[in-house]
Amino acid sequence: MADEAALDGADATDSDATPEVAPEELFGTLLTHSGGQLVLHPSRETYPALLRTLHEAGYFSIIDLCGVDYLTHPGRSGVPASVSTERFEVVVNLINHQQRSRLRLRLQIPADDARLASAFDLYPGTEAMERETFDMFGISFDGHPDLTRILMPEDWPGHPLRKDYDPGRIPVQFKGAPANR
Amino acid sequence: MTTTHDAPINLAQTSEGAQELSSRDVIAGAERLRELGAVLRLSESEALNAELEQTPDEETMIINMGPQHPSTHGVLRLMLELQGETVLRCKPIIGYLHTGMERTGETLTYLQGPTNVTRMDYAAPLFTELAFSLTVEKLLDIEVPERAVWIRMLMTEMNRISSHLLFMATNGMDLGAVSMMLYGWREREEALRFLQEVTGLRMNHNYIRPGGVAADLPDGWRDSILRLLDMLPPRLDEYDVLMTNQPIWRERLQGVGAISTEECLALGVTGPILRSTGYNWDLRRDMPYMAFDQVDFDVVVGSYGDCFDRFAIRLAEIRESMKIVRQCLEKMPKGDYRIQDKKVTPPPRARIDESMEALIHHFKIFTEGFKVPEGEAYVAIESPRGELGCYIVSDGSPNPYRMHVRAPSFVNLQTLPHLMHGNLLADAVAIISSVDPILGEVDR
Repeated sequence: MADEAALDGADATDSDATPEVAPEELFGTLLTHSGGQLVLHPSRETYPALLRTLHEAGYFSIIDLCGVDYLTHPGRSGVPASVSTERFEVVVNLINHQQRSRLRLRLQIPADDARLASAFDLYPGTEAMERETFDMFGISFDGHPDLTRILMPEDWPGHPLRKDYDPGRIPVQFKGAPANR
Repeated sequence: MTTTHDAPINLAQTSEGAQELSSRDVIAGAERLRELGAVLRLSESEALNAELEQTPDEETMIINMGPQHPSTHGVLRLMLELQGETVLRCKPIIGYLHTGMERTGETLTYLQGPTNVTRMDYAAPLFTELAFSLTVEKLLDIEVPERAVWIRMLMTEMNRISSHLLFMATNGMDLGAVSMMLYGWREREEALRFLQEVTGLRMNHNYIRPGGVAADLPDGWRDSILRLLDMLPPRLDEYDVLMTNQPIWRERLQGVGAISTEECLALGVTGPILRSTGYNWDLRRDMPYMAFDQVDFDVVVGSYGDCFDRFAIRLAEIRESMKIVRQCLEKMPKGDYRIQDKKVTPPPRARIDESMEALIHHFKIFTEGFKVPEGEAYVAIESPRGELGCYIVSDGSPNPYRMHVRAPSFVNLQTLPHLMHGNLLADAVAIISSVDPILGEVDR
């Protein structure tokens, strides 16, 4: 029975995915395709409502959530023209086990107001991932129960995966070079 | 006064419909986790204050476990709130092994990438290499030759066997079955010996690379595998005698650290932990990658979601992996072990001696690397610990613009507070062990 439902579901997503002239939409959100993968482009405001819709549609797990800093990226493809690009992106990967399908959300986060609603209420599994994104990019998540650093020490200054963060460098020491201690 | 016995019958007839509790659906999983409050949300400084301000009439205490504790599989640290010997809440504290590998990945070329990612999950290094390579290949939009696909399947399944054997060893050790530790390690070493024969290294192989694999299978690989496949089954039966059917072992694991499917889905948990709850989900079968749709194997599921189920699933998965390896032996096609695309693959060694162009080409690929078209992709595979995903953003240069690895252990660690809630401190060790976290992958 479960298999039949999965098959039906797969058919439904296939028919949804047929290319059209007008900007494609799925769940009332702009849809693009990236190498056969479905990508949605919700705004920060519609993100919580979209998550609720997706949860009702069977996307029970957020499998991955990470940030991207587009500061030095020369140009950005795969984003619809009507979406204004910002410095940061939060990328959310959802999975629908019944239909065996995946969905990716790309959210634009401006640098001067780097915040996003937390998905913790519906998807408690995002707790660690949102903490990591906060730790690495300095994007804060409203409504997160414990938004602290997770990988770096508590008193660490800066956010290491930002493109303008200097990771530092230890020069390669060759034989005979003066040791620094 | 109406008797309570009549109540159910009357309830069924009210206009509001049946009044009994409906079964918990998935949204209730998230709610239940919130009700439970198993996660201790305290920062380190707050915990220090809480310790100092402790009043004598308070019955709970906060203690620290790890990061040097031998049962924490490396450098996992737990902050535990105890009431007597019972764990009330806990918070896993990670980051002790954080070396910024995602940032390092941005400075390495796509060809150097596997050297970096292979050090994440050091018990199953080939899987991270595979996830990375598949993502790069998706961005490049290339298909690797069939032989490369089957070599990859063979090698990753061998790696799954060695990883699960390592789990058998550490799980035994954590629970005091020290002889199991020696047996597990002994068999793992045999599996690693085969990996070494093919890749040259016991661990951190850097064998699976974008475009195929680093080298073809060596002469006599069939015999090595057949020897291994003959050796393992009786040893696994020994494990059954030593552990699965042993009352002390069962007593120690059954009913300990149980979790439900709803909770697992809400937490994004994958792999043997999700399967132990009876949820039939394995990416190899449900979202097949490589040629897993052409091999025959079973997805093993548990029924109680406890530590024993997780142990039994991993033991059974070794046998399933052996089935796949045997099929790889039979179906291994002839052909190239890497794609013959000049853009991605360096020329063969012999060509370098005779052709100037080949030498330049070789030099270019290893100094500059190859360019990958702009775009982004996420590819996931089933590692021994769950869904291992790789997300790469490319800006058209030879280095990834952003390389993120979705580490299964990182997400699975979130179950610890919920598994431990209400259990004895002595069971905490069994629970950590059954989650099987690899800290290199957690901290990256």
